[in-house]
Amino acid sequence: MDEVDPDQIAIDPGHIGHDPTEIPGTPEFDAVAHAHPEDGLDGAPAATRGQVRKEQRMVLFKSPGFIIGVLIVGFWVLAALFPSILTGVGPADFVEAGPRAKPGDGAWLGTDGVGRDVYSRIIYGARPILIVAPVATAIAIVVGTMLGLVMGFYRGWVDEVLSRIIEAILSIPVILMAILVVFTFGRSTPVIIFTIAVLFVPAITRTIRSAAIAEAELDYVTSAKMRGESGLFIVSREILPNVTGLVVVELTVRLGYAVFTYATLAFLGFVPGNLTDADWGIDVSGNYEQIVRDVWWPSIFPALAIASLVIGVNLITDSIDKALKS
Amino acid sequence: MTTIDHNPDDDLVVHPDTAALAIEDLRLSYVVRGTPRAVLRGVTFEVRPGEAYGLVGESGCGKSTTAYAALRYLPSNGQIDGGRVTSSGQELTAMSARELRRFRAEQASMVFQDPVQAVNPVLKIGKQVAESFEVMGQSKDEARKSALEALRRVRIASPESVMDRYPYQLSGGMLQRVVIAMGLACDPKLLVLDEPTTGLDATVEAEVLDLVRDLRSELNSAILLIAHNLGVIRTMCDRVGVMYAGRIVEEGTVEDVFDNPSHPYTVGLLNSIPRQGLRKTDRELFTIPGNLPQIGENLPTCVYVDRCPIATDTCRTEVPPIVDRGDGHWTRCHFPDRIDDIPEPEHITDVVAAGDEEVIGVHGVSKTFRQRGQEVPALVSVDLGFAEGETLGLVGESGSGKSTLAKTMLGVHEADEGGAITLRGRPMAGKATKRVEESIRSIQMVFQNPDSALNRSWTVRRILTRSITRLTGLKGEEADQRAMEVAEAMRLSPRHLDMRPRQLSGGLKQRVAIARAFAGDPNVVVCDEPTSALDVSVQAAILNLLATLQRNERTSYLFISHDISVVRYLADRIAVMYVGRIMELGPTDKIFEGPNHPYTEALLSAVPSVDGAAENRIPLTGEIPSPANPPSGCVFHTRCHRVIEGLCEVTEPEMRELSPGHSIKCHLTVEQLSTPVEITPSDTLADLAD
Repeated sequence: MDEVDPDQIAIDPGHIGHDPTEIPGTPEFDAVAHAHPEDGLDGAPAATRGQVRKEQRMVLFKSPGFIIGVLIVGFWVLAALFPSILTGVGPADFVEAGPRAKPGDGAWLGTDGVGRDVYSRIIYGARPILIVAPVATAIAIVVGTMLGLVMGFYRGWVDEVLSRIIEAILSIPVILMAILVVFTFGRSTPVIIFTIAVLFVPAITRTIRSAAIAEAELDYVTSAKMRGESGLFIVSREILPNVTGLVVVELTVRLGYAVFTYATLAFLGFVPGNLTDADWGIDVSGNYEQIVRDVWWPSIFPALAIASLVIGVNLITDSIDKALKS
Repeated sequence: MTTIDHNPDDDLVVHPDTAALAIEDLRLSYVVRGTPRAVLRGVTFEVRPGEAYGLVGESGCGKSTTAYAALRYLPSNGQIDGGRVTSSGQELTAMSARELRRFRAEQASMVFQDPVQAVNPVLKIGKQVAESFEVMGQSKDEARKSALEALRRVRIASPESVMDRYPYQLSGGMLQRVVIAMGLACDPKLLVLDEPTTGLDATVEAEVLDLVRDLRSELNSAILLIAHNLGVIRTMCDRVGVMYAGRIVEEGTVEDVFDNPSHPYTVGLLNSIPRQGLRKTDRELFTIPGNLPQIGENLPTCVYVDRCPIATDTCRTEVPPIVDRGDGHWTRCHFPDRIDDIPEPEHITDVVAAGDEEVIGVHGVSKTFRQRGQEVPALVSVDLGFAEGETLGLVGESGSGKSTLAKTMLGVHEADEGGAITLRGRPMAGKATKRVEESIRSIQMVFQNPDSALNRSWTVRRILTRSITRLTGLKGEEADQRAMEVAEAMRLSPRHLDMRPRQLSGGLKQRVAIARAFAGDPNVVVCDEPTSALDVSVQAAILNLLATLQRNERTSYLFISHDISVVRYLADRIAVMYVGRIMELGPTDKIFEGPNHPYTEALLSAVPSVDGAAENRIPLTGEIPSPANPPSGCVFHTRCHRVIEGLCEVTEPEMRELSPGHSIKCHLTVEQLSTPVEITPSDTLADLAD
């Protein structure tokens, strides 16, 4: 660099002030050194990425919603992975307290109609829901993101055709869809995962599509078109990285819904396995009739487990969203 | 001598009992991610009854925050840490929420930057304006009458029909008039205008400013005007305060401050805009080194010391006193008498004239869009040529087709059959995807907004190397090497290469965008308002960079801008566009000497100048016609102040040469064009477009 531009000069306090004639623009100034190496050189500088991330993390870790959410979800994950740590009783074991024992009478959360420990069944019941819900959500996110990006970027007839298909899927009631799929393909875990994924794809596609439309209007996409880039490149390399934040938020939101949907399908008996397997939805459906006989604990406690998992996931989602926006 | 113990602000006297607005030692901070960060650090000034007071400064200096604080509007994360805000003896900082609401309803009004966001999109204009009278206790019928009167007062030609429209049916300038009409409903003692004309075209801006000026004499309300455009402040205000890092560093009448600036920052701001017909061949623009301190940062004794070209040890150890410069003009500087020591940028010696041979040519290019089965001719037979190392300035109102021309040249839109875009005489394909590498490489673009133009999830290195690979075929190490070279030519340092756009300031982002355009050694770079999103000091640095690159690389520019003084600085020739047609084309000197096409004449007269009083402005009434439905004959006849009845609306004039290289599309003779026009008051009424 043979010429030094005043707007590029960083002012080094050691240099300034001794000689009033010494002004920026003289080559004595080091054009590269700067008091804050991460700051911009002209115009208002932006806060550094690292600093912003750190401050956002602080806001996140301090928020009570996040802490409670993590505790709840963490507990259920632990239950799904290592149920034997949390209970010594198997889900199908009959305990000494006998059937329909009240909470506290020999069993912490009572026993169900045939004398199995409600607490143990809840602990063991975390596993199926925590396998199905995340896997189904992940599949729906991948498919929905791809569809949304393609529709949002290309628009035109591609968008029209796919939009109509998505509307068609959305117009079928959830339960009807589940009945159709399960009766056609049989009751198995992959079928349930597939069903939930299909149900979730439309909503995710719509969200990602509208974000992709907004991105496609930005000049960096115009610039890529001017370089003659292919559509595939623009969608996958230029636009996708800019919607990942939204994808993460969508992922957590849908996870909460997936828990809920799985529990519903389990309650209705669409999930694989037999009645002796521990599963929150199955347990609620197997025991709710006894509420009228004042035996509420075998159905209400698994229902609370479902609710707590949904709330825990949502608390985490909300806190992340808030921290990103702070 | 002042010491640190003595607060120099104590020397500033305000009159809270009489002033329309008195702000005393106001301190305010925003809570960002859990930490309060100081924005205003002791602001003191007053706006006297009937006075117009302007605040200027770079973005981030606290101008808008001060405007909002004047009516105690604070965002949810804002907190007042100290100081008082008083209006006509009532202390706003001590009011209850209820008192504050009454005060805002009855005694003060605010007009915001974007009129579209200031109105309710689902309510008719009449109902909205009437509402502001109903708040004052008028009955529905009275309020409607008052609303009609209010619209008439803001010079709307057919208020009855405007009352029945929805906001989306009105143009930006018209809406801003409506917003001002609502603001005036309570006959405010204090009117706060926050960048009221920033989003508007220069011609519309001039109209709105004329209106506010006229209203001032009718209303006798005090005005606090925030603007980043120094010309606007100069033509509108009595007194001005220059803000820097949350403090006022200089204050005085506009004449004193702009003609005899006494603070190095004011000097820097004024010198960084091209004034008095300065050209790129004369000298570089002045730039202010370094950045504005961020909000919440600890400030040194003198807030400006880190960027000041005449700072000494004293400036680092002692708080500068308030130095009186006579007639209420003061500056916060130790050495106001050494202002003249600030050196001017050197004169340019190595002037290289533009070449003669046409590199890129635009020959008879038209572009017709199809909209709902209707044909919309957005460009009509445009002819332009670019010689090596030449800048062609392109001006015109929004909607005149400037960006369409740029995008057609770049192959985003495909030109209609018949016209041709040529590279050294050989025509190139219409669509960028069909162009050969050499054609794509030859024309590149710098966009208006670098935030939109740079992929925010890519690093600078990736942005540059991708373009290099696509445009030159260089890969891997070689591409990386070339990226370093280009970055260095833009005076970006190597550490910037691994940053992402949002880590860079506005000026640096625009440098990256320019670097990307220059990656493949282009023949023509289209610059679409490249500095309009930037502060003047940063704008100066970018304009200097563009001029230097042009001298070294012999690149041609198509420079699109609404800022006439910037175009004048950089352009060798200027083309004026209206409804997709070139109305005038000529060398920059000839355009500014005249005679001009009547449209150019009106455009040039609209520019608010920093250098003093505005000349007689020729109003452009109504709105620019839609290209879908262009007027018959000469497209400009509907708004022309020199229209010849019976000729202009029938026959479209041919492009005609006035002097070598200077052509206009007009029926009038040179003599007719040279006679001044009379402006009648009815010409300044704003009317709806048909």
